[in-house]
Amino acid sequence: MLLEVDELSVRFPAAEPVRKLSFSVEEGQTLAIVGESGSGKSLTALALMQLLPRSARIPNGKIRFAGHDLLTLSEREMRQVRGRDIGMIFQEPMTSLNPVLTIGAQIREVLRLHEGLSAKAAQARAVELLDLVRIPDPQRRVKDYPHQLSGGMRQRVMIAVAVACNPKLLIADEPTTALDVTIQAQVLDLIDQLRRKLSMAVILITHDLGVVGQWADNVVVMYAGRKVEEALPGSLLEQPLHPYTRGLLAASPRLNGGEHYRHTRLREIPGSIVSAVGEKGCPFRPRCPLARASCGEAVPVLRGAGANRLVACPFTDIGAEASRVAAVGR
Amino acid sequence: MSLLSVVELSTHYKSAGGTLRAVDDVSLTVETGETVALVGESGCGKSTLGKTLLRLVDPTSGSITFQGRDITALGQQELRATRRSIQMIFQDPFASLNPRHSIRDILTAPLKVHGAGDRAERRRRVEDMIDRVGLPREALDRYPHEFSGGQRQRIGIARALILAPQLVVCDEPVSALDLSIQAQILNLLVDMKKDLGLSYFFISHDLSVVRYFADRVLVMYLGKIVESADVAELWASPKHPYTRALMEAVPDPEKRKQAAPITGDLPSPENVLAGCRFHPRCPLATDICRSREPEFRELASGHRVACHHAA
Repeated sequence: MLLEVDELSVRFPAAEPVRKLSFSVEEGQTLAIVGESGSGKSLTALALMQLLPRSARIPNGKIRFAGHDLLTLSEREMRQVRGRDIGMIFQEPMTSLNPVLTIGAQIREVLRLHEGLSAKAAQARAVELLDLVRIPDPQRRVKDYPHQLSGGMRQRVMIAVAVACNPKLLIADEPTTALDVTIQAQVLDLIDQLRRKLSMAVILITHDLGVVGQWADNVVVMYAGRKVEEALPGSLLEQPLHPYTRGLLAASPRLNGGEHYRHTRLREIPGSIVSAVGEKGCPFRPRCPLARASCGEAVPVLRGAGANRLVACPFTDIGAEASRVAAVGR
Repeated sequence: MSLLSVVELSTHYKSAGGTLRAVDDVSLTVETGETVALVGESGCGKSTLGKTLLRLVDPTSGSITFQGRDITALGQQELRATRRSIQMIFQDPFASLNPRHSIRDILTAPLKVHGAGDRAERRRRVEDMIDRVGLPREALDRYPHEFSGGQRQRIGIARALILAPQLVVCDEPVSALDLSIQAQILNLLVDMKKDLGLSYFFISHDLSVVRYFADRVLVMYLGKIVESADVAELWASPKHPYTRALMEAVPDPEKRKQAAPITGDLPSPENVLAGCRFHPRCPLATDICRSREPEFRELASGHRVACHHAA
């Protein structure tokens, strides 16, 4: 196992947005973490990199990466891990690129810092990396500033920076959310090709279930800071177990589903994730169609539900029955 | 007579590098009770087209006729009556709600501006509208920052509908919302359409949403409409290579780890290419595509395509 996260929590003075989260990533595998805003998925990524805001702390948990517990490393050692062993890309590349440096300078910086390359070698490697992420005419583009590039090209540059030192793990936090659909397809395809070419693992953080289905090897669904379901993408999409996952799938209009507003109403999940704040029992209870009194008493434990499958709800059989009835009704 | 009829409309911006043809020779209609969706990628000119329909941006040429009246050249004063009948819902409601005004003030202001009813009547209409969009009456005395994204979009919808418009231009109204909230807002828009007899001009980049929500679809590329058809017809037989590429690019669990469908970025609309604008990215491009601009031809009843090779 390349990465094993065990009961990780992230705590702020007034909130605990990640709670006892456990998951693992195998070498060369793509794990998708799915959730909506407020689910804690981005904070999880920042916790792995130890780039959390100052007011946050990690009260418990372990992050074992390639044999080390990252939480016991000094800031100095952690700086070596970031960029060299774990690369990261963000949703909005413009805010992570330095506007006054050429993209070549930004790639060279990483290479000189972590690999100790000479200026000349770093420049040559920067051009190679731009070519690797399929930027046309890399010899010329290496001298460009970020504002001269389109959104899709900037994300490619970010990817080039992130994989410059051939990391074992790439964390991609909503890498294509700000991009158009044709560019999104190109960027996700690029990430997957690099995963194979460089034998790295990928953590893909997203809110898009279609992206999960197309690109992930394994999926963790988060709701209000907790893992509520884990499965292989095929079984998750064909047979979601947790009422939240089911609700999400039922709420999304499908590209080839043939539903139309003139004859079908979308199934809503009522309320919002805010209702999970202060909830003692299951965080999804206030919005759940299956909720009963016992759901308010304790957080449901994650239990095995078949091969490679975990779910944090004791009533999934009832839910399955209910959705079968609904499907027949339609 | 169409509710809205747009003929050969262009909106050009002057920029340092020359002329940016954000909207270039676009014709379209919206019938009463119809939802027409405009699909395209960022920078294709879809938001500019939406704003031009409301005359928030002035067109360079062409005409906009609403309810039989040419509104292309009306002055601000004369536009007032029309503004009441065409309203807009934005992607980010927070940016369009004044943070220092209570929800009651935000909803009352349009009624005051248009001199609608007396005090008691305005109060009644505001309360009726807040009920319709599914927020509690207490919400009226609170401020925008106290609401979540989905609730703010409900407020944005209430404000757009308070003057009882006929046509509502929705510019990416659910793009900034989480999936679980998106369905709530789409259902609300459907309810409002049925209850109030609205017509929508629905701007979106999300094909799954458009498939569900539209009656007719216009596909825009670099300022031009390249395909238009009834929603079922478009999905049954998309004709333009760009439309097909858009559909294929939507992530799909059926396509496990497959290569990207089209290459290249959207070029800048400042450098207008000879021939078809899509030719540098098009898998079907031939010589004629590089030299002659395709006509917007009707291939089947109500299905028009601007492509030399579509059949």
